Amino acid sequence: MKILIPIKRVIDFNVRIRVKKDGSGVETANVKMSMNPFCEIAVEEAVRIKEAGKAEEIIAVAIGGRQCQDILRTALAMGADRAILIETDVEVQPLAIAKLLKATIEKESPGLAILGKQAIDGDNNQTGQMLSALLGWSQAAFASNIEFTDTGLEVTREVDGGLETIAIKLPAVVTTDLRLNEPRYVKLPNIMKARKKPLDVMTPQELGVDVAPSIDVLDIAEPPARAAGVKVADVNELVDKLRNEAKVI
Amino acid sequence: MEFGLSHEQQMVVDTVRSFVENELYPLEDEVERSGQVPRALGREIQDKVGELGFYAPNIPEEFGGGGLDSLTFTLLERELGRASMALSVFWGRPSNILCAGDAGQRERYLLPCVRGEKIDALAMSEPDAGSDIRAMKTFARRDGSDYVINGTKHFISHADVADFIITFVATGEEETPSGPKKRLTCFLIDRDTPGFDIRPGYNSVSHRGYHNNILIFDDCRVPASQLLGEEGSGFDLANTWLAATRLTVAATCTGRARRCFDLCVDWAANRRQFGQPIGRFQGISFKLADMITGIDAADWLTLAAAWRLDQELDANRQIAEAKLYASEMLARVTDEAIQIFGGMGLMDDLPIERFWRDARVERIWDGASEIQRHIIARDLLRPLGA
Repeated sequence: MKILIPIKRVIDFNVRIRVKKDGSGVETANVKMSMNPFCEIAVEEAVRIKEAGKAEEIIAVAIGGRQCQDILRTALAMGADRAILIETDVEVQPLAIAKLLKATIEKESPGLAILGKQAIDGDNNQTGQMLSALLGWSQAAFASNIEFTDTGLEVTREVDGGLETIAIKLPAVVTTDLRLNEPRYVKLPNIMKARKKPLDVMTPQELGVDVAPSIDVLDIAEPPARAAGVKVADVNELVDKLRNEAKVI
Repeated sequence: MEFGLSHEQQMVVDTVRSFVENELYPLEDEVERSGQVPRALGREIQDKVGELGFYAPNIPEEFGGGGLDSLTFTLLERELGRASMALSVFWGRPSNILCAGDAGQRERYLLPCVRGEKIDALAMSEPDAGSDIRAMKTFARRDGSDYVINGTKHFISHADVADFIITFVATGEEETPSGPKKRLTCFLIDRDTPGFDIRPGYNSVSHRGYHNNILIFDDCRVPASQLLGEEGSGFDLANTWLAATRLTVAATCTGRARRCFDLCVDWAANRRQFGQPIGRFQGISFKLADMITGIDAADWLTLAAAWRLDQELDANRQIAEAKLYASEMLARVTDEAIQIFGGMGLMDDLPIERFWRDARVERIWDGASEIQRHIIARDLLRPLGA
């Protein structure tokens, strides 16, 4: 079985995000970029599945500018076997990403696609679900555990009320939650080997996908500053406020 | 000219930095408090680095090391320089000079170091031979097929955790244009050799937990097979193999300065006085501008010197420039950091005072600033006969 791992290049999670003054976006000049942390978890999971002998090949895919080669090389160093860059300068939105991935999957025929549940830039949390709908594949979002069974996968999902375990058939789209695994450090010999692994470049046109944005972003603004907290005299007052003001208990 | 890093170099930088931040930073407070790194903890760090294939990254692949070129290794040192040296010493980087050994010595010393089974230390300084290294008094006398060593070394870094010491001693004297100088010879001395004693050193203000030691040689008898290179070749060996270690000082200074600087920027943006972030005052913002200019300048000097080593160009002066500039830059940056943090900068609740203390030794060890200036000036004037 092949595993496809779509990954995204985002502003590094350590960087404090600054909104551009004109509200057109966030500042990306001179800002460190890295692989989306949820995508790192997806790569790690794919590598573990391969190491367990349940997959033969891992293909990492990124969509974006030429700079995305850096995260693909990182994925290769972590253990992916080859990489595909779908090169475009357009800011591709989730539906277009899902269409590009569908076209890639139709070419590559993997049995499983593992994606981060969301990217930490747009926080859309849409691509995996859209991809499974477009393909008509099983779907397990927010995975915190993945087990292989005779009939497919048993996936534990982190849902609002706790954990939910579902059985799905392959082929499937799985999206990763934070607690699925802890991504490994890249090993030095693998960094050097990554250089020799194939990285193919293609375009959305070659895949026959129109990536023109379907959503116009009107404004991007900072979230409102948090108000200062309130000191309470004792536990009774705290409980009273939680019950009657915050209405959380 | 190419100023960017390759994907591989960037991955090395990212990996080392995240290892340092996740695995070493959390241990630093305890090292500062106790002044010790338990050997078991050191072993744990060695094992983790070994699993990553990052142990002995500077040693050629033919000997089982990481085989990094000088530039990439210098980038690695820069990132390691962020962490406490008491901890980062366990990210084994055996001395390259071990590659100069014969087949038997490589088998007994180099390869176990590369595998993380042995740790090396290097002994040069003596109470009466600091910058004037060829004034050393520790002496090896030939006796049959053995050598008998007598003398005292001090300031020997991490000899307490080392399994053997690469030791430079005098084996005679020779006339030089500047008068009689000692002929140096290099020996590999196992820590349990009879007549050899490794004692605790002084309490240093810099690099708590990274110990210096005093070595006592009292009729210490070693066979000729412990001689590294030829008798009398020590000075040339040191010049050939150890110049590059000065570059690691430059690199670690740059990494540590950057860590300190990032805390300063954050503080300047968030600490408010007179109703605004202190970074809005030019008294603070101009300091930040000068600090980052110095850090970047030191970085480029260091990387350019490393690049010259990779091109097999003469890099002696450039290494001296980098070591001189980076160590003096670190002193300025850490001093200004305390000014920016004010009183809190001096308190051991924050790492700033530690960076400031640790910075002081960098202008002294591995060739004091004065020696670096001497090397640079000599490089300029000697060809003119001056």
